[in-house]
Amino acid sequence: MNIHEYQAKGILEKYGVAVPKGLPAMSVDEAVKAASELPGPLYVVKAQIHAGGRGAGHFKNNPEGKGGVRLCKTPEEVKDAAEAMMNQVLVTKQTGPDGKEVQRLYVTDGVDIEKEYYCSVVLDRGTSRVTFIVSQEGGMDIEEVAEKHPEKIIKADIDPAAGFSGFHARKLAFALGLEGAQVKSATKFFANLYKCFIETDASIVEINPMILAGDEVMALDAKMNFDSNALYRHPEIMELRDESEEDENEKIAADNDLSYVRLDGNIGCMVNGAGLAMSTMDIIKLYGGEPANFLDVGGGATAERVTVAFKIILSDPNVKGILVNIFGGIMKCDVIAEGVIAAAKEVDLKVPLVVRLEGTNVEKGKELMANSGLPIISADNLDDAAQKVVQATKQAQEAA
Amino acid sequence: MSVLVNKQTKVICQGFTGSQGTFHSEQAIAYGTNMVGGVTPGKGGTKHLNLPVYNTVDEAKHATGCNASVIYVPPPFAGDAILEAIDAKIELIVCITEGIPVLDMVKVKRALSGSKSRLIGPNCPGVITPDECKIGIMPGHIHTRGKIGIVSRSGTLTYEAVAQTGAVGLGQTTCIGIGGDPVNGTNFIDCIDMFMNDDETKGILMIGEIGGTAEIEAAEYYKSLKTKKPIAGFIAGATAPPGKRMGHAGALISGSDDTAPAKMEAMRAAGFEVSESPAGLGDAMQKAMAA
Repeated sequence: MNIHEYQAKGILEKYGVAVPKGLPAMSVDEAVKAASELPGPLYVVKAQIHAGGRGAGHFKNNPEGKGGVRLCKTPEEVKDAAEAMMNQVLVTKQTGPDGKEVQRLYVTDGVDIEKEYYCSVVLDRGTSRVTFIVSQEGGMDIEEVAEKHPEKIIKADIDPAAGFSGFHARKLAFALGLEGAQVKSATKFFANLYKCFIETDASIVEINPMILAGDEVMALDAKMNFDSNALYRHPEIMELRDESEEDENEKIAADNDLSYVRLDGNIGCMVNGAGLAMSTMDIIKLYGGEPANFLDVGGGATAERVTVAFKIILSDPNVKGILVNIFGGIMKCDVIAEGVIAAAKEVDLKVPLVVRLEGTNVEKGKELMANSGLPIISADNLDDAAQKVVQATKQAQEAA
Repeated sequence: MSVLVNKQTKVICQGFTGSQGTFHSEQAIAYGTNMVGGVTPGKGGTKHLNLPVYNTVDEAKHATGCNASVIYVPPPFAGDAILEAIDAKIELIVCITEGIPVLDMVKVKRALSGSKSRLIGPNCPGVITPDECKIGIMPGHIHTRGKIGIVSRSGTLTYEAVAQTGAVGLGQTTCIGIGGDPVNGTNFIDCIDMFMNDDETKGILMIGEIGGTAEIEAAEYYKSLKTKKPIAGFIAGATAPPGKRMGHAGALISGSDDTAPAKMEAMRAAGFEVSESPAGLGDAMQKAMAA
């Protein structure tokens, strides 16, 4: 789960990680009020959307104008900046060309920056450990640094049994070229950051840039993501969820224990199992079709969940054909067939439907489909299913 | 032979009396798995499915001499259940549970190092040696005993691999689902190693997916081996967009080396017969065996 920068900084501050003073604003008036409560003389107005690259982005209504992070010298300038951003669509390299509407702002104190660094805490899959990644190349895309200057990236992985220790902090701080009081400040910063990561079940904390202001190390920007499997033990973080940032269908799917990701194609897919669901998309593409979605109905799909899945697939206007691919293991094919038939009737299916069933009770399942009175196209295997759905969808698209 | 499990494997179930534990234990017993008991805290001393129930894994081990445990405990308690099995020195722990917090698994992984236990999973279908021992949620009847060792990060896609290797007449020695989570107990290299050392296994089929670099490391490892067995593979997720989690917690493209094309390329370079299509798993395996 993603949260906004101002929310991430609120959490970091609670853990004693230094951040510039700042206040969130849900309107232009609140932004002006926020500025009046900050010491000045410099202010920064920052658009709050769940995407990076805000400073270098542009607003749709003013493509040549400034981006989503603006430095202001007076409360009047804060007002102008807030007016230019609030309720406008911000396009960054991470939002895609459609951009995202700005509904929240964050007004912060302008800080004198001596130097910028990169710092993140992530889970390293290779070592199965929580790992710090730092670099002197602050403000840059870390993937780019990793590619061009791998020697500039310094890592420290933390033994979960021993925890974070002073030497980790010293390793990172000296590698960044910090000295004297700066090292002391950095040590506190890194130790608190680790505690924050562990105690909130974060999946990534990215501070880019981390800055040096005087001798103090601070988080100028902050991105936090959380492990969705661990949210049950963090009701306070669940409350930070901003539903306006989420795709409507992905939200409905999640509420029904379905896993759905929308794509750009016209063939809807419903599959049991994530690996098979990805493979089904792959084979559709191999036969010249384009998958409209990833959808895993999971191991225990009931008729109700199959119906919800159908509704989600069909709510995408691009969908001109559907492939249901079920390898029934513990799930019996006849039960799935009943679910598919009930769902197809309930949603009044207008597009061709190809069903491939395999596994337990497959003959019974196929018989139910054949006798359902519905124009279901039955397929014998994965290859056959992919070819049939690509063909049927093409015909449906041409007829439309 | 076969790897990991056979007729002699004595299995207990953690979360035995729950609905999942009950259902899949019944299936396992019907398949012929040597189930010797189960653990449900607070129900020790009772019987379930005609087998003894214990309060702790340690107790179950002393009473039954079990050397394997399968875990169907809900996600908030699954990490603890694995730690308990490691503490009791159970040799093989198979965790089926999906949705364990990753930081719980980081602790588990640390506890595994230097321990007497091997963990398969979590978030996996389990392990099966056809006609001998089934530990997990896979449908037993689709398997046929034969020559191929299968290792996979997925569930139903493994069944696809099983059905296809069965259809071309190769059959399986042991099928291992290592799970779709970013932190798991056993990786591809461990399994390739086991299959290399098993005389009955004549070929290896490796089914990977996007996210992480485990497949690339496995390809490099295989390449470095002095003696080799025929190997084929597939990577799911060639059409998955970057930055989006595809069902499995670990199936997320985050860089340039964890995409399907990058993994397939590394596998080809290492001498794998790579299938572009999930429908070509059996054919690819057969081709590798003929080469």
